[in-house]
Formats: sequence, structure tokens, C-alpha cells
Amino acid sequence: MKGWMGKSRVLFLFGIMLLTLTGCGLPNLTALEPKGEGADVIYDLMMLSVIIMVVVGVIVMALYFFVLIRYRQKEDNQDYIPKQTEGNKFLELLWTVVPILLLVVLAVPTVQKTFMLADTTPAEEDKEDAITIEVTGKQYWWHYNYNGLEVQASQDLYIPTGERVYLKLAASDVIHSFWVPAIAGKMDTNPGTGNVNEMWINAYEEGVYYGKCAELCGPSHSLMSFKVVAVSPEEFDQWVEEMKNVNPDATPESESAQAGKELFNSKSCIACHAIGSSPAAAGPNLTNFGSRVKIAGILDNNKQNLIDWLQHPEDIKPGNKMTGKYGNTDADNPLTSEEAEQLADYLLQLNPTEITPEDAEAQ
Amino acid sequence: MSSDQLQRLKPGQSPHEPEKATLEGKNKFLGFWFFLGGETVLFASLFGTYLALNGPESNTSGPGPAELFGLELVFIMTVILLTSSLTSVYAIYHMKNLDFGKMQLWLGITVALGLTFLGLEIYEFYEYIMHEEHTFTSDAFGSAFYALVGFHGGHVLFGLLWIVTLMVRNSKRGLNLYNAPKYYIASLYWHFIDVVWVFIFTVVYLMGKLGG
Amino acid sequence: MSTATAQKKGFGATLWDYLTTVDHKKIAILYLVAGGIFFLAGGLEAMLIRIQLAVPDNDFVSAGLYNQLITMHGTTMIFLAAMPLIFALMNIAVPLQIGARDVAFPFLNSLGFWLFFFGGVLLNVSWFTGGAPDAGWTAYAPLSTTSPGHGVDYYVMGLQISGAGTLIGGINFLVTIVNMRAPGMTYMRMPLFTWTAFVTSVLILFAFPALTVGLFLMMFDRMFGANFFDPQMGGNHVIWEHLFWIFGHPEVYILVLPIFGLFSDIISTFSKKRLFGYSAMVFAVVLIGFLGFMVWAHHMFTTGLGPVANSIFAIATMAIAVPTGIKIFNWIFTMWGGSIRMTTPMLWTVAFIPSFTLGGFGGVMLAAAAADYQYHDTYFVVAHFHYVIVGGVVFGVFAGLHYWWPKFFGTMLSEKLGKLAFWPFFVGFHLTFFIQHFLGLMGMPRRYWKFLPNQDLDLGNLVSTIGAFLMAIGAVIFLINVIVTSVKGEKVSGDPWDGRTLEWSIPSPPPFYNFTQTPLVRGLDPLWIEKRQGNGKMTPAEPLGDIHMPNNSFIPFVMSLGLFIAGFGFIYQVDDKNWLIVGIAGMLITLGSMFVRSVKDDLGYHIHKEDLEKGAGSE
Repeated sequence: MKGWMGKSRVLFLFGIMLLTLTGCGLPNLTALEPKGEGADVIYDLMMLSVIIMVVVGVIVMALYFFVLIRYRQKEDNQDYIPKQTEGNKFLELLWTVVPILLLVVLAVPTVQKTFMLADTTPAEEDKEDAITIEVTGKQYWWHYNYNGLEVQASQDLYIPTGERVYLKLAASDVIHSFWVPAIAGKMDTNPGTGNVNEMWINAYEEGVYYGKCAELCGPSHSLMSFKVVAVSPEEFDQWVEEMKNVNPDATPESESAQAGKELFNSKSCIACHAIGSSPAAAGPNLTNFGSRVKIAGILDNNKQNLIDWLQHPEDIKPGNKMTGKYGNTDADNPLTSEEAEQLADYLLQLNPTEITPEDAEAQ
Repeated sequence: MSSDQLQRLKPGQSPHEPEKATLEGKNKFLGFWFFLGGETVLFASLFGTYLALNGPESNTSGPGPAELFGLELVFIMTVILLTSSLTSVYAIYHMKNLDFGKMQLWLGITVALGLTFLGLEIYEFYEYIMHEEHTFTSDAFGSAFYALVGFHGGHVLFGLLWIVTLMVRNSKRGLNLYNAPKYYIASLYWHFIDVVWVFIFTVVYLMGKLGG
Repeated sequence: MSTATAQKKGFGATLWDYLTTVDHKKIAILYLVAGGIFFLAGGLEAMLIRIQLAVPDNDFVSAGLYNQLITMHGTTMIFLAAMPLIFALMNIAVPLQIGARDVAFPFLNSLGFWLFFFGGVLLNVSWFTGGAPDAGWTAYAPLSTTSPGHGVDYYVMGLQISGAGTLIGGINFLVTIVNMRAPGMTYMRMPLFTWTAFVTSVLILFAFPALTVGLFLMMFDRMFGANFFDPQMGGNHVIWEHLFWIFGHPEVYILVLPIFGLFSDIISTFSKKRLFGYSAMVFAVVLIGFLGFMVWAHHMFTTGLGPVANSIFAIATMAIAVPTGIKIFNWIFTMWGGSIRMTTPMLWTVAFIPSFTLGGFGGVMLAAAAADYQYHDTYFVVAHFHYVIVGGVVFGVFAGLHYWWPKFFGTMLSEKLGKLAFWPFFVGFHLTFFIQHFLGLMGMPRRYWKFLPNQDLDLGNLVSTIGAFLMAIGAVIFLINVIVTSVKGEKVSGDPWDGRTLEWSIPSPPPFYNFTQTPLVRGLDPLWIEKRQGNGKMTPAEPLGDIHMPNNSFIPFVMSLGLFIAGFGFIYQVDDKNWLIVGIAGMLITLGSMFVRSVKDDLGYHIHKEDLEKGAGSE
């Protein structure tokens, strides 16, 4: 048992360090590589607290190991009776006051940043141009209503870089939580009209950022992913224009897609899914579905994945609200392969904008 | 010590505070005060819930507090319950003098007043449900109202059953060191119910009528 | 009552004895066994969770089952494992440490146990009746109020019943500590474990009623059509969050404070030193208890309470670090200059200090409201509270069981196996949870059924799962230790650790009346004082006399059974109103039992002086 304290623990801690140093996580996902103002502000606060904790930790651990090694009972000294010290007023005072001071060092920026992050009133000169988006969390997808811009979109949240975009967050069923770790902290989306939350996000550079739901909301909570697509302000304006002027009834080019459009109506897809700028419906808005980063938030955007999703939604996203809503005769296989293919062709050609996630990623 | 506890206490004898003369009595006394501390949190939580849900946004159907409540009946109920608290004080006063007969008498009056209160409360609820469409399920305001006032009513009912049980059980054998603490904490419970009602009267009815 | 006598009595008699016992030491054993079984169930659930998360995009369990597993793991570990195990330790030690013959209300002690037990069983019945609750242990509305099936109904009824038991237990310990202390045992001479049990009981008393109300409201919403949490009908789900955390945050301290006390006793004993800064330690405990009620909304920083509320709660939360720091330093300085014996209880204690310190660091980081917007509901939080609860409470329970095993059973757990169990558990614990801090910051929210590939989360999760298996190995070795020890059945003296407090002045296990004569306490660490300044034995505070003991009673069992039955009635009346009959019948059983208890005199009995002299109790 001799020396167990020293060797195995040092080895063990070293191992842990190695593991953590192997990476800080995936860029555009991890909070440890901030790509936006909110995440940046928080990262600084995080580092401040870590520094304070490390200082305290080093002192505590030094004392701890010293005591454990120095005052271990010796074989030859088992009858030794130590002095029964009652305590020490100075020491008590010391380890009360010093932590208080350290906490003040942490508390001041905490309060300051808490207020800063909660300040959702745009500055006077930006008031006109400030973009406000109503974000609605639904089982298990996200909807965005661009206030005053007549644009509705789902899943991929397009924002301009370099400015604070204001979000009004709510939910239509249970609580969700809107989180884009690389850009900003999270905020809950509450159901009902009485608990709407506000926050802002500000992406420094163009890119596609990972967003996740962070409040347990049902079986597919872990699959309620979304993306934030940050593009340059000019591209954003273009995107808005293109989205606004979409003709939802445009006839697709290919024959298969035309058949898919028929199916979209006859299978009542249209009852839940809007194309164009009509307001939020029961299902995601599909205006720019063809340029979605992911299908259903989680699958790579290609035709085969879309066909799978249309045919077996329940296997891919348990508890989703689309299962069983079309082709009720056969719940397991609501669409024939041909139908699914036609629908997929139709949906994938819904690509009205020149501005796509690829543009953002290419930067 | 234990079987001595069943010996009948008579006026003029010691001890003067039979409820705290034994360790069991002291334990019950202290334990019950702690219990009332917990009950306070319970009602505080219910009050908090009610205050969060008595606004117009929670009153999605049926009448709101201002239209619904009439102060006359509630005022009478308040007077009755306050009086019953006073009569239970008399009962405990006689217990301390070891006068069992008078204690039972005053407790009887307390029970009668408590029953009247409960009857009036049931009448009040009946009116709301039958004629005002203000029910437990009509909206969040309804749920919060019946939860708070109903919890209190449930406490009144339990208190009545408790006091009656004690009175009947001990009617023949009189007061002794074993049952004195039981009487005492039952009366404590009754006072607590009374205090809660004062808050309900103020927060629910007065503020509802005047503030809304 | 020794095991030998129990064997002589036969199984039926022993069973009946335990069903009706009001002896705090037997109730401690009941809490230990029940809590231990629930701990294993919760541990099994944890292993299934970690297996599911070993690799990305895993389909080991389905999404629905996964949510049930996380819900039941949390609920079971907090309410049905940690709570009862703490109650087991409090029951075995508190009366002995203050020189009492039993708790203030032996009957209520038994009632508290059976309520907890039946509540826990009710909750777990849900596994077999169509699905366990699946809305998380926090059961946030409206997910919980709209969750299909009866899972959440079981959650509501099970916790309501077991919560009532906990509340009763809390009141009981409060009165016991205030009224039942031996002569000379002033407040400032009480062992730290007793002090923390006292503060914990205060917290139970003022925290649990908030949960009671929350559960009632949820029960009304789910089963009787009320609208407390339904935004469509004017309700507000944030009320549930408040009620839950007004209970939930103090609950954390309810769990960990007794462990602080226990570690204080252990460190003092195995350093052969008086606790350093005793009064500062007491002050710190009281302060933590008080502040524990002021910080609940730090669980709700992202709910949207606004920057003012968030800042206030952030600062209040940070303030808790100060008394906690005081404790850590005083523990280290108790060992300073001492003669440290690295026994198994001490090993767990020594391991606790850095583990809990890390948990505390996480706590301070989380307290910074703005930064919490990143940590909240991620694996960072999971890591933090496991550091506090496993690194604090579970380590503490292991330490406490090794320490007080002689008082429970009159035997000693093997030191060799004890240390063998410690190492895999300790290493596994850090392996499992340390990396989770980083997983959270790298973008893994908590309660995720699966994480997707190519997000750099694979390695961390795999490491975490490997750690979990090491912890399981440690737990299994501990179980083997328990079995080996009880098979061997080697008797041990009353004071195997060279103890300092009153529980070590009487035999192991203690006679059912604990102290033949109530001891006279001359200071802090009374037994130590007698060892140094007296003849090593406690001076009696009273002449040898008759001892008054309470009667056993079957009523607590029946009373709790009634509520158990009523629980089913309330759950299933949603489908079929006829079930209300069952609900009412159950309630009548309970109320009837209360009535019987009220009208039937229960005066207890006496052990006569002559029998005590003959040594009737020493068997």
C-alpha cells in the first residue's frame, strides 16, 4: 500500500488530462471554440471561473497531499496520541474571507454578463434594421418566423453575420430548449403565450452551426437537431428576397416531381406542410427543403435518405407527429417505393434560393 | 410510569400542564409544532400557486374572482371559525385546570361551529359549481381556487373527525396524562386551521373582491 | 437482538418481528436492505444507459425505454436509494450518539419506513404494468402531464407516498435530537453527524411539503382534469419548476449534509484528533442549510426568469461555496498533525475530499448564471451532480456502512475486500464522470437517447461507459464483502475503531434498549474523554432502574399498505371510474388504521431492573 497515493493518482490524473487534451470537440458544435458573441462572452467567464478554481484547487490539493503523506500513522508509532487541537480563529477567518473575495471576482462579471446577454432591445440606431425571429420549438423540429420580413422557414435558421439577431422563443407543445453552442448559450422555449423568452445571437463568421434541443421533450429529444446558417448580410438580404417571392404552386420540371406534387396534395401532406410564406403549420415549412442541411434534422440530405424517412418515419424519429398521417391503409409502409420516389423528387427540387448552406460552408 | 398515565386527573390536582408532564407529551408537543411548520410550507405553496393563477390570463372561462365571490357568506364563515378557535381555547383552559367536563363541553361547541363552517363551505362550492360554472376543471383559476380552499376544507374535516374521536374515546375515563397531550395538539391543529383561513379570507376573498 | 437469536426464532417469527418492529436499529436495517435493493435497481438502469451510449447512433434500447430508464435511474437513486441509505445511517447512529434508548416516536419511525417502502414499490410496479415514467426525474410539465400511459401516474403516487414517509422521519429526528439527549449532551457537544442529521431534518421538514403540493397539482392535472400546468387553459407550467426545485435543491443538501457529518466523525476518529474548528463546522452546516433554500432558481437560469432573478440566485449560489470551503479546510486541518489510519471508512473519506471539491468547483462554475446558459442541461451538469452525489453521498454511504457495520450487525466488513472494492469504484467514478464535463461543453445535451456520429463525442462517451463498468465491479465486490462477512459472522467488540463518541461505548450490536444506564456526557467526544481522563467507560447518569420500552406494532405496515392500494385506485380510475372504489377502500384502510392507533392505548412495557442485572439485554 505504500505510495499508493502518489503514483497511481498522478498516473490517473495524467490519463485524464491526455483524454481531455485530445480535442475540444467538433468546430461549429463545441462551446469551447466560440464562433459568436454570446459564446465568446460566456467562454471568457468560463475561463475566469476555471482559473479561480484551479488556483483554489492547487492550494487545497497541496495541503491535502501534504497532510496525507506527512501524518500517516507509522508502524512504530501506533500509540501516539496527537494534540487535540480545538481550532484556530485566524485560519477560520482566512478561509472564509479569501473565498469570499475570490467569489466577488467571479460574481461581478457574472452579473454584468447576465444582464448583457439578457439585453434584447436593439440599440436606437439599429432599431429599424434589427432582425427579430420568432422561434417555435415543436416535437421534434424548429420553426422560424422572420418578423416583418414575411419569411417563414423551418429547421435551417438563416441569419446574417456580424449583427445581433433577436429571437423570441416559444413552444407549441412541451418545453424545448434552443441551443447553438458555438454561437450562444441556450434558452428554453416555453409553451403558451405567457412565458415567451428572448435572446440574441451573433455569429462572427459565415458557416453552418450545429443546434440542438436541450430540454427533454419526448422520445426523439436527442434527434431534434437543427442548423444555423450564417451568411453575409448581402447574401441574407438576397435569401430573404428569394424566399419571399417563392411561388408555392410552381410546376416542377421533371415528370416524376410533378407526380410527386400531385401526391403532396392527395396524401394531404399539404395540410401540415406549408410551402411559401404562409404561417406556421403542424409540420415544418418546406419552402427551401431542397437545400436543407439535413433531412428530419439528422439524415444527410440525399434522395435515398428522404425516401427512407418518408416510408419509415417512426424508425428514424420515434414519436414524431408525421407517422400515420398519410396512406393510413398500411402504417408500416405508407407509401409505395414509386410514390416515395416521386415525392422525394418533388421535395428535393424545392430549392428556390441561390443562397444555400454550401455558400456558408465554403467560406 | 406508564400505567400511571391512565390515572384520572381531577380538578385541583397537579400538574398544571398535563400535556407536557410526560416525556411522551413533550415529544408530541414539540413534534406537532414541527409538523405545523411543514404544514405552513404546504399552504404557502398552495397560496403561491393560487396567486400565480388568479389573474385574468388564467381565468379563461367562467366568472373571475371579483364577479364570483360574495363577501357576506364568507364573512359569516370567518366569524364562525374564529369563534370556534376561541371556544377551543376555553377547552384547553379547562384542561389545564383538569376540569374534564367543561373541556368536553367547549370542545363540543367547537365541533358544532366547525361543522357549521364546513356546511357553509360546501354550500358555497355547490353554488359556484351549479350556478356559476366555476369548477375545478373549468380553467386554471378554478383549479387553483378549489385546491387551496379545498385543502383547507379537508383540514377542517380531518380536525373535526380527530376531535370527535378523542371526545368519544375518553368520554368515560376522563382526562389523564396519556390523553392530555392528544387533546392539546388537536387544539393546536385547530388553531392552525383557523390562521390559514384568515389568510384565505384575505388573499382569496378580500383581495379577489376588492383588488380585482 | 443478535443474529443468533434471530435464527433461533425461525423465519416466520423473524419476519413478523421486522414487520412490526419499532426499534430504531432494526428499522435502520430495514432501510439499509430496501435502500440497497433499490440502489442495485438504479445501478442496473445506469449500466443500461451507459451501454446505450457506448457508441454513437446505438439501438441497444429504444427511445421510449431509454427515457424510462433515465427517469427511473434518477428517481430511484435520489428517493429510493440515497434517501433510505441516509436514513439507515441516521437511524443506527443518531440515537446512540446522543445517548438515547430510541427515537422520540418509535411508532412513527416504523410508519416512515413502510411509507417509503410501499411508495418505492409502487413506483417500480410501473415497469410491469405498461411502462415506467418517462418525463425525467424532474418531471417537467407539460411533458409529464401529457405523457401517455400511466408511467407518470406511478411517479406521482409513488413519490407522494414515500415523500410522506420521509417527512415523518424528519420530524422524528428533530424531536429526538431536541428532547432525547443524555444528560450533559449539550448542542455544542453533539457529534457532527448528529448535528447534520438535525439540519437535514429541518430541511426535510421545510422542503418536502413543496414537493407534496407539486405532486398533488400534477396528480390533479393528470387524473382529475385540473389545469394547473396547461397553458391552453390558463395554467402555467413554470409553477411546477418552482415547486419542484424549492424542494429539489434543499434535497441535495438533505442528502449530502449527513454525509458531511459522517465524514467529520470518521476523520476525527481515524486521525485520533478532535475535529478541527468544531463550532465553525456547525456554523457552516447551519449556513449551508439556510442558503440551501435561497438558491432553487439556479436550476432555472434558462427558464426565462430575467436577469435580475438570475443574478440574485447566482450570487446566493456562489455564497454556498464559502461554508463548503470552510468544511473542506477544517477536515484537512483535522488530519493535520494527526495519526492517520487508512482504514476502509477513512479511505472512502479521503477519496471524498478531492472528488467533492471537484463537484464544488463545477457548482461554482454553474452558479455563474451567464455561463450556465452553456452548461445547463448538458453533460456538464450530469458530471457535476454525479460528482456531488456519487463523490459525496455514495462514497459517504460506503464509508458509513463500513464504519457502523458493527453497530448494525455486530460484525466487521472485511478491510481487505473493502479496499479491493474501493479502487475500481473510485477510478471508475472519475473515469465515468470527469470526461462528461467536456462532453457537455462539446455539445452533448443530457438525456440524449443517442448521440450522432462524426460529432467528436465518441471517445468521451466510450471512456465514460468503461468507467461505469469499473464502478459496477467495485459495487459487486462490496456485495461479496457483505455476503462473506455475514457468512463468517465473526463477532466484534463494542469499540473496534477506537471510537470517540457514545455509540462505541456499548456492545456491537447494541442491546435493544441501547444503554443499560443513560450515560453522563462530560464534553465533546465523550468516550474519548473517558478514555483519556477516566477509566475508559461512560459514567452512568442514573441508577440502574426499570427501562420503559415501546410496543411493536403492525399498524404502520397496514397504514402504508392502505395508501399503496389507494395509489392503484387513483391511477386506474382514469380509465375506469370503478377503480375509485379501490382508491376509497385503500384510503379507508389507512384512515381506519389511524383511528385504531388513536383509540387504542399503547403504553409500552418495562424491562425490570432485576432482568437487566441478570443480563437479559446482553444476549
